[in-house]
Amino acid sequence: MSNQITLTVNGQSHTLPAIPGEMLADLLRKRLRLTGTKIGCQEAECGACTVIVDGEPVLSCVYPAERANGKTVLTIEGLASTSAPLPKEDEQGMGIKLHPLQEAFVQHGAVQCGFCIPGQIMTAYALLQRNPNPTRDDIRAALKDTLCRCAGYPTIENAIQAAAHALRTGEPVPPPHIPDSVHAHKVVGHRHIRPDAVEKVTGKALYTDDLVFDRMLYAAVRRAMVPHAFLKKLDVSKARALPGVAAVLTTEDIPGEKTHGLVIYDWPVMIGLGERIRYVGDALAIVAAETPEIAEQAAALIEAEFDLQPPILDPVQARQEGVPQIHEKGNLLKHIKVRKGDMEQGFAEAEVILEHTFHTPATDHAFLEPECSIAVPLPNGRMEIYVGSQIPYQDRTQVARALGWPEERVRIVGQLMGGGFGGKEDIAGQIHAALLAHATGRPVKLLFDRRESLLVHPKRHATQIRVKVGAKKDGRLTAVETELYGDTGAYASLGEKVMTRATTHSAGPYDIPHVRADCYAMYTNNPPAGAFRGFGVLQSAFAVESMMDMLAEKLNLDPIELRRMNALHVGSITNTGQELRDSVGLTECIDRVSDAMSRVSGLPRGELFKPRPAPNAPHLVRAWGFAAAYKNTGLGGGAPDKSGADVELYEDGTFETRSSAAELGQGLVTVMRLAVAEELSLHPDLVRVLVMDTDLTPDGGPTTASRQTYVTGNAARLAARTLREQISAVLAEKYDVRPEQVRFEDSKVHINGHTLTYAEVYREMTALGQRPRVRYEYEAPKTQPLGTGGDMHFAYSFAAQAAEVEVNTLTGEVRVLRVISANDVGAAINPLGLQGQVEGGVMMGLGHALTEEFIVEGGQVVTDRLARYRIPGIQLTPEITAIIVEHPTAEGPYGAKGVGEIVSIPTPPAITNAIYNAVGVRIDRLPVDQEKIAAALWERKQNTSPADKT
Amino acid sequence: MLPWQIYLRPQTLAEVRQALDSAPKPVLPIAGGTDLLLDLRQGRHAPVQTLVDLTAVAEMTVIELRGEHLFIGAAVPVSRVHSDPLVARHARALTEASALIAGPQVRNVATLGGNVAHALPAADGTIALLALDTQAEIAAISGENRIVPLSQLFLGPGKSAIDKNKEIIVGFYIQVLEASEAFKVSSCFKRIMRPQGVALPIINCAIWLAREGDRIRDIRIAVGPGGPIPFRATKAEAVLRGQTPTNETIERALIALLDQVQFRTSPRRASADYRRHLVGGLFRDVIESAWERAG
Repeated sequence: MSNQITLTVNGQSHTLPAIPGEMLADLLRKRLRLTGTKIGCQEAECGACTVIVDGEPVLSCVYPAERANGKTVLTIEGLASTSAPLPKEDEQGMGIKLHPLQEAFVQHGAVQCGFCIPGQIMTAYALLQRNPNPTRDDIRAALKDTLCRCAGYPTIENAIQAAAHALRTGEPVPPPHIPDSVHAHKVVGHRHIRPDAVEKVTGKALYTDDLVFDRMLYAAVRRAMVPHAFLKKLDVSKARALPGVAAVLTTEDIPGEKTHGLVIYDWPVMIGLGERIRYVGDALAIVAAETPEIAEQAAALIEAEFDLQPPILDPVQARQEGVPQIHEKGNLLKHIKVRKGDMEQGFAEAEVILEHTFHTPATDHAFLEPECSIAVPLPNGRMEIYVGSQIPYQDRTQVARALGWPEERVRIVGQLMGGGFGGKEDIAGQIHAALLAHATGRPVKLLFDRRESLLVHPKRHATQIRVKVGAKKDGRLTAVETELYGDTGAYASLGEKVMTRATTHSAGPYDIPHVRADCYAMYTNNPPAGAFRGFGVLQSAFAVESMMDMLAEKLNLDPIELRRMNALHVGSITNTGQELRDSVGLTECIDRVSDAMSRVSGLPRGELFKPRPAPNAPHLVRAWGFAAAYKNTGLGGGAPDKSGADVELYEDGTFETRSSAAELGQGLVTVMRLAVAEELSLHPDLVRVLVMDTDLTPDGGPTTASRQTYVTGNAARLAARTLREQISAVLAEKYDVRPEQVRFEDSKVHINGHTLTYAEVYREMTALGQRPRVRYEYEAPKTQPLGTGGDMHFAYSFAAQAAEVEVNTLTGEVRVLRVISANDVGAAINPLGLQGQVEGGVMMGLGHALTEEFIVEGGQVVTDRLARYRIPGIQLTPEITAIIVEHPTAEGPYGAKGVGEIVSIPTPPAITNAIYNAVGVRIDRLPVDQEKIAAALWERKQNTSPADKT
Repeated sequence: MLPWQIYLRPQTLAEVRQALDSAPKPVLPIAGGTDLLLDLRQGRHAPVQTLVDLTAVAEMTVIELRGEHLFIGAAVPVSRVHSDPLVARHARALTEASALIAGPQVRNVATLGGNVAHALPAADGTIALLALDTQAEIAAISGENRIVPLSQLFLGPGKSAIDKNKEIIVGFYIQVLEASEAFKVSSCFKRIMRPQGVALPIINCAIWLAREGDRIRDIRIAVGPGGPIPFRATKAEAVLRGQTPTNETIERALIALLDQVQFRTSPRRASADYRRHLVGGLFRDVIESAWERAG
C-alpha cells in the first residue's frame, strides 16, 4: 500500500509518485508524454485510449493509474519494437521500423484522420497475440467497441488480416486490391499512401491536446445550461477567489466585438447581464487556472440567476404567430425558394399525385477528437492559436475581431484533426482561449470533454420535409413540390447555406419540368445547426428518395427504371435553371449498381426488391432497396470560390506545397502531394505538404462543400505547373533549347542529353536570382445566386446506392447485409483514399439510418454522452462494394470533383426502401425505430388473425 | 473535484476488511470500476476519500470447484469468466452472458461482483446468475462471511442491499449438478438489443433446466428488466416443472410469465408493450436452446 507506482511501459521501468484521481491514460500522456494514446470520450465508449496491460487490452481512460502498479504496459509507441524486423519492402520509402500491423494499416489506407488508429492497432495486436489467424467475425468481436468515425472498417479488417498473414508467414504485408483510376496519369490515379500515415500509426502524430507549453493554463467555460432565459445575475467572486485561478472573464472583459459567426455575427462570445440566453451551451464566463481540475471547479463556483423564458423547441413552432422571437430580426433565418416552370400545369399534367411528410433528426458529427484550442501570447504582441479547424483564416478573422486586433496580429497554427465532417467550421474554444491568454499573458488550453462537445458545437439540421410529386403513368415526373422546415437552432452558423442546399436538391437528381420548393430555416432554442457532411442534402434525399419508391409502387414500376428515366443527364436543366454541360455520371451509377446487385446476390432483377426469407430462419426477411443522389461540389450560389497554394523547391531537391486548406482525415494532403508530383514528374515522397497555418500558407478557403480536391487540388496543380514552366524557361535559356525540349521525368529534368537533379535545378534557379517558388490563386468558374438561373454550381457529384437488409419480423431489428455504392467522382486522384471515403460515407449514412439521433427535450440535450449517442461500430458494417464512376469534369483537377459528402446521402433511403421492400413498413422518420416496425407487423398480424382462425 | 484521494490495493480479504474499517472516509470498494469510475467522474456519485481496489485480492480472483459448487470470485474479470472451461461446463448461461457484457476492453477489467453490486434489473451477468440459483458470499468489516441467495441482494433499480461502505461481495456459488442417467442439466442466455440510444439490452432472458427424458424435471427462468429488481418468473417455472415443453405448455408458461412480470417503459429504449411483445419470442428461443442442450 505505497503511494508510489512502479510500472513497465514499453520495456522501460518507471517509478512515479501516485497522484489522487489519476487514470492510466493521464499518467501515460501527461507524465510520460506518450501521447499516442488518445482520449476520445473519457467514458469507456470509444476505445481510442486502448493500451495493453499484462497482455490484455484495456481502456486507459477508466483504469486507475495505481492499479497499474507492478504491471507491464504496452502503448502504440512501443509496438514496433515488439516485432522482428520485417523483410525490407520499402517501396513507399517509409524508412522506419514498423510492426506489421502498422505497416498494413498504412499500406491498406486504414488510416484517415488517425485519431482512433492507436486504439485500433493495439486492440488488433492483442487479438493477434491470442489468435494469429482471425476470421472476420473474430476481428469484429475484438474491435466491437473500438470506434472509427472515418469508419473505414472494411479496410481495417483487411489490414488486420494482411498483418496476420505477414506475422504468420514472415512474408511482406500483402497489398490491398484496389483498381487504379481509368484516367490514371503517371502519379495521379494510382494507389498512394498518405503523407501523414506513418506518424499516425506510430503514435508520433500530434493533435492539439498533445501539445503543452511552458506556464500553460487550463480553461473551463461556465455554460448557461438553460435553453432560453435572460441572465439576471452573474457572480464570479467565488471562482476568482479560488486558489490556482488566474483569470475569470465575462463579456465585459472582451476588448473587441462581442459576437462571432461564420456568415452572420449573431453568436455571443459570452452572454452579458440582461442579455438573452438562446441555448444550453451559451457561455456566461470563462476561467483559466493552473490545472484543469481547478478550472472546472472554479467554473462550477460561478453563480448565475436566470429569468427563464419558454423555449422554442422546433422550427414549425418557431414560425407560428405569437411565439417569442429569439433574435431581433425574428425567428426566421431565411425563407429559401426554388421556382421552375408552372406548378399548376405540372400537377394538371400528372396522372398520379402523391404527397407525404418526412422527418429527420439532429445528429452529431461525433468526431473522435473533441475540440481543443491553445492560445499562446507571444513577446512581440501577437497571438498564436493552435487548433484543428476546418477554416483557419475564418478563425483568424473571428479571434482578431474579439480581441479588437488587426487580423495579422493573430496566427492560426492548424493541427492534425481527429475528424471534422463539418463540425469544426465554427468557433469552439478559439476565442475563449485567446481572451484568457490575452488577460493572463500565458498560454491557455481549452479542451472540451465529450459532453461539452456534444452540447456546444452545431449539429445537423433536424428537418420536416413535405414532398408532393406528380407523374405520368409511365413514370415520367411532371412536377415536384417540397416544403422544408429546418431547425437551425440558437444561432445562424451556416444554417442558411445548409438549408439552401437542402432546398435546391429536394426534388432529387431528376430532370423535372415543374418544381417549387420552399424552405423555412428557423431559429429555435436547440443547439445550433450548421455544416455536416451532406450539408442538408442528406435530409432532403431521404424524403424524395423514399417518395420515388412510393411512386414506383403506386405505378407498379421498377424503382430503378423510374429513376433511370427521370435521371439528370448532360443537357438537363436543373431545378435552379442550370444546364448540365459535362460530367453527369448518374445513369452509369444507376446501371452499375443495378448490375452489381444482381451479380452479388445471384437474383434476377425482378426479384431484388421482393421479400425473401433468410435460409432456415423464416422470421428473418431480406430485400434490397435503392436510392440515387447528387451533391454540389463547391460553394456555389455566386460566392467567389478561391484557393491559394504554394509550391516551392528546396536546396536538397525536395518540394513543399502549402495551403491553409484543412486536412481533417479526408486526404486533401495526398491530393495536393500527388498533383505536384504529377506536374513535376516527381516521386510523391519528394513533396512535403504544409496546411492550415495562416502565417505560412495561403488562404485555401473553408474546407466544406466537398470543394478542396477541386479548388486546392487545382491551386496546387497550377502552382506546380507554373513552377515547371519557370524551370523550363530558365533551363531552356541556359542550354539554348526551346522550353518544350526540357523534359521532366523520374524526379529529374532532362535537356538535350543533360540530366539535372532537382537539387541542381535549385542551384541553377538561385544562381540566376530566381527563388523557385510559385504561389497560385485558383478561382473556380463563376456561379450564380439562387433565383437568377444559370450555373449555381460548377460541378455536381452523382451516386446510386443499393442496400440489402434483413428485418427480424418478430423483433423489428434491422441488419444491413450489403451495400453497393457507385459514385461519379469525375476522376479518382488517389483510389486508396477514395476507398476510405466510400466506406466511411456508407457507414455514416448507415448510422444516420439506424443508430444516430441527437435528442433534445425541452431544449435540454438528452444525448450528452457518447453512451447515449450511438455511432456505428465495426459489427454493424455491411459488405461494402465500392464502384467508382469517372465522368471527368472539364475544369476539375485531372477531371476530379468532390467526393466528401456524396457517398452518405443515398444510404439512409436505400436502407429504408429496403426495409419497406422486406416487410412493407414505410419509414418516414429517421432513425429507424425497430419498435415501430415490430408494432406495425404485430398489428398487421392481429388484423389478419381472425381470418386465419376460420 | 477529484474522484478519490487515496487508492488502496489490498492483497487479502483481511486487508480489505482493515482498509474498509480504517481508511479515511468516505471509503468505497472498487472492482473493475468501469461503472463506478464514470459515476464518480460524471457526478452521479459523490467523490470519496478512499477507493479499495479488490482486483488483486487472492480469495476474490479464483474460479474453482468447491464441493458441489462452482465458486467464481467476485473480482474475476468478465473475460476470464467467459473463457473459463469450468464455467462453460456448469454455467453455460453465464458464459454466454459474459460474452455480451459491455465491450472487449471493458470485459478485461469489469467483474461479476460489480455487475451484481450495481443492482440493475437487466444486467446480463446478474440475470444469468439468477437463473443459475446463485448464492453470494458477503464479507463485512467484522464477523464471519455469510452466504445469501443472490435475489436478496437487490432492493430496487440501482439499489443494492449491500452496504458498500462496510461490505463486499467475495464471490458466487453456483450449484453443480453432474449429469446422470436420470437427467441432464443445461442453461442458456440471450438478449435483444436496440442500436439507438443507451447501451443496455432492452430485454434479456436466462433459463436453467434439468431435463429428464422428455420432461422438464426442474427449471429456473430469469428475465430482465422484469421488475424493479432482477426478476425470476416463478409462475412460469411452476407451469413447466414436470411438463414436456410443447407449444402448448410453453404458451401457458408464457401467459404465466406475462401475468407475473412487471415490464416498464424506458423512455427512448423500449415501451412496456414492446417488451411484452418481444419476451415471447425470446423466451421460446432460450427455452428451446436450453432444452436441446440438455438432450
